[in-house]
Amino acid sequence: MLAYIIRRIFVLIPTLLGVSILVFLMLHLTPGDPAELLMGERASEEALQEIREHLGLNKPLYEQYGLFLKQLMQGDLGETIWTRQKVWIEVKQRFPATIELSIVALFISCFAGMILGIISATKQYSIFDYLSMLGALVGVSMPIFWLGLVFMLIFALNLGWLPMSGRLTVGVELETITNLYILDAIITRNWAALRDALWHIIMPAVTLSTIPTAIVARMTRSAMLEVLRQDYIKTAKAKGLSQFIVIFKHALRNALIPVVTTIGLQFGVLLGGAILTETIFAWPGVGKWMYDAVMQRDYMVIRSGTLFIATIFVLINLCVDVLYAVINPRISVK
Amino acid sequence: MKNKKSHKNPEDRHPFFDQISQLWRNKTAVLGLVIITVFILSAILAPYLSPHDPLETALYDQLKPPVWHATGTWKNILGTDDLGRDILSRLIYGARVSLVVAVISVGLAFLCGTLLGCISGYYKGFRESIIMRCMDIILAFPYILLAIVVVAYLGPSLQNAMIAIAITYVPRFARIVRGSVLEECEKDYVSAARAIGARDFRIIFIAILPNCLGPLIVQTTLGFASAILDMAALSFLGLGAQPPTPEWGAMIAKSRALILRASWVMTFPGLAILFAVLGFNLLGDGLRDALDPRLRD
Repeated sequence: MLAYIIRRIFVLIPTLLGVSILVFLMLHLTPGDPAELLMGERASEEALQEIREHLGLNKPLYEQYGLFLKQLMQGDLGETIWTRQKVWIEVKQRFPATIELSIVALFISCFAGMILGIISATKQYSIFDYLSMLGALVGVSMPIFWLGLVFMLIFALNLGWLPMSGRLTVGVELETITNLYILDAIITRNWAALRDALWHIIMPAVTLSTIPTAIVARMTRSAMLEVLRQDYIKTAKAKGLSQFIVIFKHALRNALIPVVTTIGLQFGVLLGGAILTETIFAWPGVGKWMYDAVMQRDYMVIRSGTLFIATIFVLINLCVDVLYAVINPRISVK
Repeated sequence: MKNKKSHKNPEDRHPFFDQISQLWRNKTAVLGLVIITVFILSAILAPYLSPHDPLETALYDQLKPPVWHATGTWKNILGTDDLGRDILSRLIYGARVSLVVAVISVGLAFLCGTLLGCISGYYKGFRESIIMRCMDIILAFPYILLAIVVVAYLGPSLQNAMIAIAITYVPRFARIVRGSVLEECEKDYVSAARAIGARDFRIIFIAILPNCLGPLIVQTTLGFASAILDMAALSFLGLGAQPPTPEWGAMIAKSRALILRASWVMTFPGLAILFAVLGFNLLGDGLRDALDPRLRD
């Protein structure tokens, strides 16, 4: 097992290096002068010269990449172009918001998706099955940025049940420890803040969870159908076990194996989808930050942010692969 | 005695007919086909179907509600936006934009992906390693992030957004083709083709590739769905179609400020995206069941 994990980590290294090269080269592959791209077309010659000096743009490419890699190894993600602040500070502040949103969304999609999938599988070809599978296809086809706006219109503006945007109402005090507001509120036993944080996260999390819920529901259904056909399920039924026990104790356990992989892979999808959701709900996470950087044409932030998100994505996929090997004793670890 | 129905023996028929009839029996796939037909027809016949010019602004018709509202009129069936442009006409022309985007970006990805997949599946060795590592690198970015970043560098426009989407879709095709080609290469007909001295080009494109078409068709159909969705998302973020192009995602983006005053400006483009994407997804699912049982999830 350990050998397998180590081997997987080694396979990752070329991918991550490739990602860093690609992210690094984007600035240079874009037609035109990199310094002009960074500073805008109206920048003065002095400003251009200054940025070239500052970022080492006048050195040969391999030297620039070496410097870039060296900085990365030291955990330095560079500076923003306009304010020259360390990117890392911003990432540390914003990443927990994205993680919190993604985890809640993932939780919703596991719960809702698995329940829908299990009921559909046990009542195959029933009205419920057809409706929920059609619903799942609608979910997969949903433009989530539009769905978010519709939710906003209904639940925030018309009904006034949920707040429009943000993570906390202005004026609500919360001592931040982990920057995961829900967790912080529980640790400090600040129930008012907990309620407020939960109220704020519902809409963005449900929006973000739409596509993963649909995918998990479809996956659970087909995995359950596969398992329910097998002989040992017949045996369990013949023994006179209740439907509930057969489904949840005997069938679900084996059906879970592919489902867990699907769920794990959705986490990465959530990281990408967060850009849209965070933009709509003004959620102060990494996605909103990337969007703002794109709008302000801060290529240094775009570069570091992309690299950061891609690295997290690759690491999550690694964890999913390892988890898959752990929970499925049938695959031989080659 | 020969069975009278022997000529109808299912094993004599080309599997294509079975697949077509299976697809036809699949009600959801037919529904998808109907939606796609409506979508394609409105894209092609846009100038004849749309009641107004999609770009024509009307100063006195700003934010007219749809016809079923008390103040709605038949002149603008689905209402007008903040510049008085007819929403129905913009939706119909929007189908044209989305269809062109889907065909070009998926087409580009299809060509590059198939070529790379063929090379890596057929020649194996170091070419395969290099190509597949490159595909891994593209896949190391969460969906849509890479497209956003590419457009951020190239500059926001419909054309650049299509290029960005095409780049992110190449690995899907390359992986599928490589897998199928690897499998087909083991079969006798490939050895036979080699034995009679056929050139690699002929073996790959005339002998092997037609046998890999099933999964490719499925992936292309599903690719259309996600290309429409991704382009709408990019345009929503202001990175795809630029005003005044009647693009569905861009229409939603513009409607954000009007969300309370005129919700219809936002509602209809969203539904249009949803239905177009749903149509391709329904058909893709049906095709998968009919053409490629291995790919069923």
